Amino acid sequence: MQRLRRTMMFVPGNNPAMMSDAFIYGPDSIMLDLEDSVTMAEKDAARLLVHNALKTIDYGNTEMVVRINPLNTPYGKKDVEAVVKAGVQVIRMPKTETAEEVVELEQEIEKVEKELGCLGRTQIMAAIESTKGIINAYAIATASKRMMGIALGAEDYCANLKAQRTPSGDELLLARETIVVAARAAGIDALDTVYSNLNDMETFRKEVELIHRLGFDGKSIINPRQIEIINEVFTPTEKAIEKAKAVIAAIKEAEAKGSGVIAVNGKMVDRPVVIRAQRTIELAIASGVLKKEDL
Amino acid sequence: MELKEAFAGTLESGDIMIQIAPTNQKGLQIELDSSVEYQFGNQIRKVITETLTERGITDAAVKAVDKGALDCTIRARATAAAVRATGVDVWK
Amino acid sequence: MSSIKERADLIKKAAADMGKDTYKNNTSKAGIRRADFKKESPKVVSLEEAIRNCGMKDGMTISFHHHFRGGDKVVNMVVDKLAEMGFKNLSLAASSLQDVHEPLIEHIKNGVITSISTSGMRGKLADAISRGLMEKPVVFRSHGGRGSAIANGDLHIDVAFIGASSSDPLGNALGFSRSENAKSICGSLGYAIPDAQKADKVVVLTDDLVDYPNTPSAISEHQVDYVVVCDSVGDSSKISSGAIRDTKNPRDILLAKEAAKVVINSGYFNDGFSIQTGSGGASLAVVKYIRENMIQQGIKASFALGGITAHMVKLHEEGLIDRLIDVQSFDRAAAESLKKNPNHREVSAIGYASADDPSSATHFLDIVILSALEVDVNFNVNVLVGSDGIIRGAIGGHPDTAADSGISIVVCPLLRGRIPCVVDEVTTLITPGSTVDVVVTEYGIAVNPDRPEIAERLKAAGLNVVDIHALRDRANSVIGKPDPLPFGDKVVGIVMNRDGSVMDVIKNIKA
Repeated sequence: MQRLRRTMMFVPGNNPAMMSDAFIYGPDSIMLDLEDSVTMAEKDAARLLVHNALKTIDYGNTEMVVRINPLNTPYGKKDVEAVVKAGVQVIRMPKTETAEEVVELEQEIEKVEKELGCLGRTQIMAAIESTKGIINAYAIATASKRMMGIALGAEDYCANLKAQRTPSGDELLLARETIVVAARAAGIDALDTVYSNLNDMETFRKEVELIHRLGFDGKSIINPRQIEIINEVFTPTEKAIEKAKAVIAAIKEAEAKGSGVIAVNGKMVDRPVVIRAQRTIELAIASGVLKKEDL
Repeated sequence: MELKEAFAGTLESGDIMIQIAPTNQKGLQIELDSSVEYQFGNQIRKVITETLTERGITDAAVKAVDKGALDCTIRARATAAAVRATGVDVWK
Repeated sequence: MSSIKERADLIKKAAADMGKDTYKNNTSKAGIRRADFKKESPKVVSLEEAIRNCGMKDGMTISFHHHFRGGDKVVNMVVDKLAEMGFKNLSLAASSLQDVHEPLIEHIKNGVITSISTSGMRGKLADAISRGLMEKPVVFRSHGGRGSAIANGDLHIDVAFIGASSSDPLGNALGFSRSENAKSICGSLGYAIPDAQKADKVVVLTDDLVDYPNTPSAISEHQVDYVVVCDSVGDSSKISSGAIRDTKNPRDILLAKEAAKVVINSGYFNDGFSIQTGSGGASLAVVKYIRENMIQQGIKASFALGGITAHMVKLHEEGLIDRLIDVQSFDRAAAESLKKNPNHREVSAIGYASADDPSSATHFLDIVILSALEVDVNFNVNVLVGSDGIIRGAIGGHPDTAADSGISIVVCPLLRGRIPCVVDEVTTLITPGSTVDVVVTEYGIAVNPDRPEIAERLKAAGLNVVDIHALRDRANSVIGKPDPLPFGDKVVGIVMNRDGSVMDVIKNIKA
């Protein structure tokens, strides 16, 4: 089954208490941050903390991601070495503008992986946080076979765009749609930007509903309290699950018969419907509203 | 090994602050103040000693203020303090 | 014809037969306006007079309540006065003690206080006692256990000193005031009621002397010997603010939500159920998360018991909880509600949780949600002594409610920093495992093997039910195995079971 990435929770890389228990809140992915949440003076210490945490702490099935500093800073390459050596699953590259930057990161990762004898272990995701990055979204998404997703970073993007942030997010629509289209075309995941006002859960829910409609796989989050709402929005309705179950049953029936035609209630089912049904079932199982045995 | 005074870590819950200073005495003199002294004092001293020794520090005055840090955090903070004190990084 | 004169001999004879005097008509009415009577009484005296008039002697037992918790001013005020008057060798029987009672250390050193019984203690006093400050061990009782001990004479009180936010000159006293001059509020006086009923002498201390009659009252004038007016009996702000205080701690929220799921699927969440929540952010917040389900499923609670909170008051005012039975108001909102809501009533510690009294409210309690410092693999709970061997908590109503309720749910994080909460054996036994049914942690929910039906219900609801040994193993894998604590050989505390038997002792910790 494909991994779900509804929630990717930011955890500051220099905060040991949060790093050790972030996964109890059940985010799909945890992103330990070495970039913006760590001051320059603490980059070295945070890097060591993240390295040791990844090596030691049992995060269960949670996907572990580390956001490194850009490679053109004095920290980026050391970050890559430290986290690849600790066995991180995904490196998130901030402020990605071109495919070349992804290739450069891939080369850095390969250097370390060759030394360790684990070539190809580490995946990459790119955060796109500028107009140039949005223009290059598809090139970035396809720059490496290690790419697992692209994400929007709205604050920098909006500053670059000279747009105002609004609760409705009109100013982000093009960027969001571009990210989803590029990700889908590349066959990777699309992740939305963070929502940082924890006192306004209503607007947060609306934003989650919006990005769910737009086709995003999930969202970066900054607080465990945001997880429940995202999971609620991304959990399929009972009706949708029943429909999807019928489609899945029809697939099995067709396979059993050796027939290439899938039909529900005598009607032929198109491929898009099959794909959507499969995703619905995956989400339903991951959300705990459906058990595998019930299929 | 040439040492300068350095520290790493914070006084937040779950963290440990470790300070290293040069000394004329032989060995590592560890002064520990921990919220879990009774249960984990020995283990904390052991992790600090191992980590500093690995970084080539054998003679130093070490002050540690622990707020219930896990071993992996103690190792990270001891390493960071050692890197800062010696100027020799762990990474290439 | 028969006039009273003619019957005089018969009256005399009747009086002689009964051994009584005959009536002499020599009374005259006082013409004074009764409003003036309402303001004064010979019972109103200074603290020193009250102490003297009570016949206080060395070696006596004095008692206090802790309804002002960290804001209490009565214990220190009274004990300072007793010390000043030269009394020695006194026994202090408090319903509980707090950080604010640190000055007792000096009184213990000077021999003013030589023995203590309480539900718990914290701060520097607890630290000093844990290290062996007192010759006699401190006796720890649950709130219900203290009520029973007072009722059956195990704990005899010579003089009770009861802080009250209002009293009239005769001693009708309350934990709030109906007057405009109210200086303090603590809500229920439930823990002081047994003291008032059973102590040889009762002194009410108040910072708002109001006109007679201050009724309905918590403490009746018939039980009160003296009333002392003082500047302040307590700082109400130390109880908590008036608003609902929601925990923002994500771990507490997670635990509260999990515990709410346990409540809802426990089999005890039916119309007319009753509930109590103990102290601690997570257990207090559970009510918030079961509220929605109560509304959705049309379930109402018959009563909420114990420490009453703003959350409980909200549900009561919304009609979701019929009655609030309040032995202790946990926050200002609860204290205010006691004042204004007719179905929010206070209950004495005996009526709340006495094991000897089959009519005490805990016997009718379906669900209790409790916190813990430690739980062990046999479901025993410690809420009194920290994992460092230092006293830092209170028994409260923990063992009372766990024993009497239909289901007891203990909510605690598996780890507090590097301190494990699920252990092989609790440092001190407070609540026996046979009375603890469910333990909720952020790493899973453990159900007492004696309650397989509850485990089945929770599993059927899709909750993460795990073996309690797996929780202990998980804790050890994260933090490592702790070294044993350096206990000495002196007994500094004795833990009484609620039935009056001795359950455990606390040894001194070596400095």
